[in-house]
Amino acid sequence: MRNLRDAWHYLTTGSNWGGSEGMWHLLVQQLLLSVTALAVAMAVGLTLALWLGHLGRAGFLSVNVTNVGRAVPTFALLAILVTLDHPGTAEFGPYGRAGLATLIALALFALPPIFTNAYVAVREVPAAVKESASGMGMTGSQRFWRVELPLAMPLVVSGIRLALVQVWATATIAALVAGPGLGTLITQGFYRTDYPKGIAAAFVVGVVALALEVGGAFVERAVDPNRKGTATSSHPSGSRPAEPVGT
Amino acid sequence: MPVTLLVEDGISIQPSCYSRLVNKWYCADYLKDRHSDLTSALSQHLQITAWSLVVGILIAFPLALVARRLPPLQGLILGASTMIYTIPSLALFPFLVPFTGISMTTVVIGLALYALTILVRSMLAGLVGVPEEVRESARGLGYGRTRLLFRVELPLALPVIMAGLRVATVSTVALTTIGTLVSYGGLGNLIRDGVQNDFKAEILAASVLCVLLAIVLDALVVAVQWLVTPWTHGRGAA
Repeated sequence: MRNLRDAWHYLTTGSNWGGSEGMWHLLVQQLLLSVTALAVAMAVGLTLALWLGHLGRAGFLSVNVTNVGRAVPTFALLAILVTLDHPGTAEFGPYGRAGLATLIALALFALPPIFTNAYVAVREVPAAVKESASGMGMTGSQRFWRVELPLAMPLVVSGIRLALVQVWATATIAALVAGPGLGTLITQGFYRTDYPKGIAAAFVVGVVALALEVGGAFVERAVDPNRKGTATSSHPSGSRPAEPVGT
Repeated sequence: MPVTLLVEDGISIQPSCYSRLVNKWYCADYLKDRHSDLTSALSQHLQITAWSLVVGILIAFPLALVARRLPPLQGLILGASTMIYTIPSLALFPFLVPFTGISMTTVVIGLALYALTILVRSMLAGLVGVPEEVRESARGLGYGRTRLLFRVELPLALPVIMAGLRVATVSTVALTTIGTLVSYGGLGNLIRDGVQNDFKAEILAASVLCVLLAIVLDALVVAVQWLVTPWTHGRGAA
């Protein structure tokens, strides 16, 4: 219990938040890293998945990508990326060397949920709806932008939300390979047996994770085109897999 | 101070492929010479994974039963499990260490919590999915609550439960590596040592072993499922 009280003390002490080693700085660093990785994964994953889903091809990819992603430990991938000889990147903007490895690992781990959800979302738009769109004289791209994409949006956003929470969690693990972010405080807490510090950082990480999750849920509801309609949703809302993040 | 490991072949002395000078990613000599490191890490990894899954199943099963019996609690249990899985694994250990210390227990509790979130969901989904008519006819045949659960409902729910167990198993194998934070991470310990000492052969060997372990255990769960659900692959009812 003493540790918990000390952790609370650590959290409520203003000086622990400020400065270049402070929690505020590390929090922003980790958020920046997560958002960058998510943007990279979305640029690649969404484009590919929406296009393939529109064409209705390569369904096996969506299953296998998820399975492989689950079996490869994040930590192992991080370790390999950090140890690899990058072509001349001792410094990479605000991220540092371990930061670049983390960025690549995070983007890779954000791919499966983004890809799978987006692919399934576009693929599962009812055939009757697609046919009537074509029957009304829509071209392929019109059908995609005006019919398929709006209907697919909730599930697409759900995948992005899952990826964001997962990326945030994984960014914490980056500290194990001397990466940036709040995980640094957690590992420091262990190595210097300063548990209150570790607990305080873990608390902040958990709170942000929950905030991202809840915020994502709001966005997800906001983009649902069927929200105000009589039919609740044309999508299986329970398609979000229950899985621990940060594997 | 660089530690150079030399292999002597009698004629010339060459640095081994895992020495500091060469430091290759793939090195057969490493696998041969450090065989015992790898096996002991693998056995620790297997122990942690197995214990976490066993503890996870033992807690998840009663929780799933309670959630099914009392619908008001269902939302609470599912909500709590969602909350747990949102919290990053690395952030969970600091909360446990003050109580359980730097021990394997800490890792097992943490990982069991994650396995639990997946298992409760699949058990509940499996049990709820049993058709009401089947229950009715079993009750009509005079089955009591316990016998109904173990003889009728559980066997019918098994395919869904086992699917959840597969996901839980593969994720737990991967997550075990994080246990290295409290020095009980099985193959994760080797990976961390490899990162700290820039030891490439060690990192790659441990990583590959970890993925292989996940594949093997996944296949094992599938095999067990095949054995315990003989009616799904048509050999006539037992």
